[in-house]
Amino acid sequence: MTWRFAIRAAITTLALGVLALAPAAHAADSIDPAADKAAFQKFFASKFPKLKLEDFVNGPYSMNEDLHKQWEEKEQFPPYEFSLEAGKEMFATPFKNGKTYADCFPNKGIGIRQNYPYFDEKEGKVVTLELALNRCREANGEAPFSYVKDDMAALTAYMAFTSRGKPMDIKIPNDPRALEAYQKGKEYFYTRRGQLNFSCATCHIQSPGERIRAEVLAPALGILNAMPIYRSEWSGMGTTSRRFTTCNSQIRGVPLNPQDDEYRNLEYYLSYVSNGLPISGPGARP
Amino acid sequence: MSAAIKTLLAASALVMATATLVHAASEDDYKAAYAAAEAANKQAGSLRNQWTTTASTLAAAKKAGDAGDYEAAVAQAREAEALAKASIFQATSEKERWKDMEVR
Repeated sequence: MTWRFAIRAAITTLALGVLALAPAAHAADSIDPAADKAAFQKFFASKFPKLKLEDFVNGPYSMNEDLHKQWEEKEQFPPYEFSLEAGKEMFATPFKNGKTYADCFPNKGIGIRQNYPYFDEKEGKVVTLELALNRCREANGEAPFSYVKDDMAALTAYMAFTSRGKPMDIKIPNDPRALEAYQKGKEYFYTRRGQLNFSCATCHIQSPGERIRAEVLAPALGILNAMPIYRSEWSGMGTTSRRFTTCNSQIRGVPLNPQDDEYRNLEYYLSYVSNGLPISGPGARP
Repeated sequence: MSAAIKTLLAASALVMATATLVHAASEDDYKAAYAAAEAANKQAGSLRNQWTTTASTLAAAKKAGDAGDYEAAVAQAREAEALAKASIFQATSEKERWKDMEVR
């Protein structure tokens, strides 16, 4: 009888313990972007205690001294310079109807990169800078650009350059749809996919600074602040859309279409948790 | 060679020939296996989680089928179906499991 009583007591204690832990297990169900951002930034600050928060925007170049030296040398003749010049010229060139990109954006498009993406309450969706640029073109009778490179990369390079040093400043309005978009972006970031069974977090949370073959993985914190980037691996410029789609195919997942809702939400989440870190784009990466 | 051994050899040859006939894949087998793989991959697509390897294995199945090599085509189609089903399992199990990875 004593043994039976002891077993019953143990089962009851275990059950109560599980119940007590239940709220913690469901913490991810409550949407609290401010708490997420604090935890996210604290995680990286603890993992790399020697780095200042603003240094994370240099991606793999922030991860060790040798790479940092490479970056300093690269910045003397940056490989994105041609794209930046092209973007500046494109930005100022009027469309056939005489209007320009400046007519589509607040502050004539100068120094506003840090506010993108934003949640458009009319549309009920996230609007990225790339999407806003193509919408601007279409509203003025021009054909949209490819989202992944060349012209789009040049335009966003110029706009990022005009915002260099400004802290990322993504707003999440008090609108359940905005919170849902943010949460879906977070879910996408942590969800394993592709035959290799990797999530974005597998590389950019669990393994920043580690090598994957010859490459040094970038930290997720500040990863979009440097966009668009010139990548030696691509031998050219690439946008945020290019970064997302190639990440998916590298883990043997079929990429979605650039600017599908999932990618827009992912950009919203990743940008928000990097709020306060400076815009450093356009960037260069190995 | 005795008559009994000759009979045994003849019977063995007959069994082997029949077995080959039974296991040889036909065009219909290929079409059925391909349709099953395609359906599974379509379901993975509705979950927004197709794998590139499923697509390339399906393409290999089609190439073998078009060339009339139904044995290889069926094998590739079954492989593609297994990959598609694995991607469906992944998408379904990740609906909750992603939370385990979250930085808090």
